[in-house]
Amino acid sequence: MSDIETKSNDPVYVTETLIAEDIDAYLEQHQHKTMLRFITCGSVDDGKSTLIGRLLYDSKMIFEDQLDALTADSKKVGTQGAEIDFALLVDGLAAEREQGITIDVAYRFFNTEKRKFIVADCPGHEQYTRNMVTGASTADLAVILIDARKGVLVQTRRHSYLCHLIGIKNLVLAVNKMDLVDYSQEVFDKIVADYAEFAKSIGIESFTAMPISGFKGDNITGPSDNTPWYKGPNLIEHLETVEVLSSVDVDKPFRLPVQWVNRPNLDFRGFSGLISTGSVKPGDAIRVLPSGKTSTVTRVVTLDGDLDEAVAGQSVTVCFADEIDCSRGDVIATADNPPEAADQFESTIVWLNDEPLHVGRAYWLKLGTQTVSVTVREPKYTVNVNTMEQMAAKTLELNAIGVAELSTDKPLVFEAYADNRTLGGFILIDKITNATVAAGMINFSLRRAQNVHWQAVDISRDAHAGLKNQKPAVLWFTGLSGSGKSTIANLVEKKLHRMNRHTFLLDGDNVRHGLNKDLGFTEADRIENIRRVGEVAKLMTDAGLIVITAFISPFKAEREMVRAMLPEGEFLEVFIDTPLSVAEERDVKGLYKKARAGDLKNFTGIDSPYEAPAKPEIRIDTTKVTPDEAANLIVDALLGDA
Amino acid sequence: MTIISPTRLTHLQRLEAEAIHIMREVVAEAERPVMLYSVGKDSAVMLHLARKAFYPSPPPFPLLHVDTTWKFQEMYKLRDRMATESGMELLVYQNPEAAERGINPFDHGALHTDMWKTEGLKQALDKYGFDAAFGGARRDEEKSRAKERIFSFRTASHGWDPKNQRPELWNLYNARKNKGESIRVFPISNWTELDVWQYIHLNDIPIVPLYFAAKRPTVERDGMLLMVDDDRFPLKPGEVPVERSIRFRTLGCYPLTGAVESEAKTLPEVIQETLLTTTSERQGRAIDKDAGGAGMEVKKQQGYF
Repeated sequence: MSDIETKSNDPVYVTETLIAEDIDAYLEQHQHKTMLRFITCGSVDDGKSTLIGRLLYDSKMIFEDQLDALTADSKKVGTQGAEIDFALLVDGLAAEREQGITIDVAYRFFNTEKRKFIVADCPGHEQYTRNMVTGASTADLAVILIDARKGVLVQTRRHSYLCHLIGIKNLVLAVNKMDLVDYSQEVFDKIVADYAEFAKSIGIESFTAMPISGFKGDNITGPSDNTPWYKGPNLIEHLETVEVLSSVDVDKPFRLPVQWVNRPNLDFRGFSGLISTGSVKPGDAIRVLPSGKTSTVTRVVTLDGDLDEAVAGQSVTVCFADEIDCSRGDVIATADNPPEAADQFESTIVWLNDEPLHVGRAYWLKLGTQTVSVTVREPKYTVNVNTMEQMAAKTLELNAIGVAELSTDKPLVFEAYADNRTLGGFILIDKITNATVAAGMINFSLRRAQNVHWQAVDISRDAHAGLKNQKPAVLWFTGLSGSGKSTIANLVEKKLHRMNRHTFLLDGDNVRHGLNKDLGFTEADRIENIRRVGEVAKLMTDAGLIVITAFISPFKAEREMVRAMLPEGEFLEVFIDTPLSVAEERDVKGLYKKARAGDLKNFTGIDSPYEAPAKPEIRIDTTKVTPDEAANLIVDALLGDA
Repeated sequence: MTIISPTRLTHLQRLEAEAIHIMREVVAEAERPVMLYSVGKDSAVMLHLARKAFYPSPPPFPLLHVDTTWKFQEMYKLRDRMATESGMELLVYQNPEAAERGINPFDHGALHTDMWKTEGLKQALDKYGFDAAFGGARRDEEKSRAKERIFSFRTASHGWDPKNQRPELWNLYNARKNKGESIRVFPISNWTELDVWQYIHLNDIPIVPLYFAAKRPTVERDGMLLMVDDDRFPLKPGEVPVERSIRFRTLGCYPLTGAVESEAKTLPEVIQETLLTTTSERQGRAIDKDAGGAGMEVKKQQGYF
């Protein structure tokens, strides 16, 4: 204990006396505290972990047993000689303890009299940009550490740029290790001037600079005698008074992304979610996006009783006066100022995965409670985070930051990230590995998404269908190779043709000879294969046709993607249900034999999965009916439906 | 210096909203969620949050108690009462192999935790096919927890890979699983011990009476004060249980959970004592001391919750 230098001036947040003398008063005080989330960024030697250790220590968040362990560890692996190495308190995982560096985001907690703080400790290494962006995404404020001996470094610029990119408005420039430069005002002023010039160049409007020593405790909790020339706030004082994000969000228009529909019985129907901006109270006129339907809020329901008003940051359940459609992914907004929906955007993307961006590949995009399929175009440019230069790029690699256009398979309800983090921030998910591969921020929607993208034609799809005297549909056959899809599909088309229906059969093998001859059989290519077939089938239904497709289409996600492209009721999933053993025994094309011998890779059912439909519109058990009987069942189901 | 909106939320309101948001995301995206229920104070808070998240519906998932058969009697009582009150299904799982081999904390040490808890949990999750399990772990409890994600993925064999965690941005959670994977979800990750106590206090949430001081029969072993909760406690020659005024900061298997001497009989008194104390919460448990400084991290990689 004696090795630690503690400041004689009373830290502003030691509340032990109150706790001991009047616990009820203390609890009352604690109950009314607000919360500030901040991140600390700096490079390895800037003393970041030491500063956090200091904050925890000064706010009595280090317990005696931890301190004992710390003292022992400090002697064993510490970098501070015989003195307590606060960094060891913060560096958690075994791997990084060995390496002596912080490799991931760690969250720490401490309290003062006014606030609870959550600190995201972010690593300074270049290859861990993703961790910093992660930590910054939930932060109200960033503390950027600079070693007073070294001044503004490349890392400083990178960290500041990333914080600015994520939209952190409150930046603290903590010039650390002032004790090692004799608390020189000259050194401090020079660093602040350098930083100000840089900050201005990337659009940072303001920042608060302070001279500190995490190790010695200067200007952390009170004014330091060592820096009489510094008149600004100390670190804790600043952290206690700066405005938090959620209070800013309250003054924006009301937005509630719907997470879950609460329907315990026929008498209650509520919509649950976290209010992203604004406030809501009974009587408010609301609009549900993207449908645009309007109603009035009747109740804001909680277990503790109905609320008169709820604000940004609260999780609530609201009820409407009218029975309008509203489900997960919809956004409830104030009726006279709703957000837009669009399907093409320009956005800034931070790539977080070892596997680089595949331009044109479909990823999942999750924004708020909406999940859609998206493709990313070739980046317009990437940003060199060290020099802030824009560079040409064909793709985005791990830790790259770029600007690119996106197009989604259906409209997204959105706002620019600068206006609303929830409706403007998204993640991209690899459809095959399910990894979170990127984080993105919507800058704006592209006009052509709304106007030029879909040419309005005078002869409508209804007109096309009307002339043919039929209702367009897609009969989407799915099943294992050799299950009988093509055979039955053929019979179905023949029967429909005889009944004067205008049909077209898209067969898997045939399409691969032409439209999709550039695609192989990897999972990614299979996904693209199905996407293209889906788009073609959609165009054909616009022309009024009944489209029959016969593809293995093994992945549920892609079948659902095609279903989502079409008007409700026009996609009929026909599951040709033949057990693998039966299909393999038939082996009409000899493919199973090849696959078993290892001559054919990625063969569905053998070394590539088949995801059977859970609720197909039509299920044919080929072990029970003949192909002809099957075709009759399908035709009946289709026309009975028409 | 800055104007703070009068409608600002307190830290507990923000933490509550975050936890509820997480629970709703899981229910919306997972196929078969479950809530791990250990009957401790963190579980009490979790259950209360679940009731809030889905009110007026009951929480749309069951409670799972992975029972070691060595919990305090008072814990079993409260467990059954809370299940009834919440209208939720309570599943109790006891590892049959551990039962058959008579694994107990007195004779088997670390194996007891491994068989009953770690293995028992894996077996229970596999048996019912749960793909997402809520847990009440907090990041302030222990160093490796501080770096764990809120949605923490486990392989088919329930292993954790700390180096390969999905980045979590904003309040967006990627709940998509690969085949065989399951998710452990920690909605109160960002709460501290004080937050938990304060929330219990403000919401008047029922907790096991063992958290409050009372005269209880105890023996002292290896510097730990153990409570003699039933007659399975093997007394060593010359050992006589002594009545002491004790309470527990954390509850587990009674032979492995150290008590503290205390006079704190009300919640504010307990909080007061917690705040003024100088030893951290998990120190009362034997588990963290195994395997050196990285004890919990190693346990987690092996599948411990």
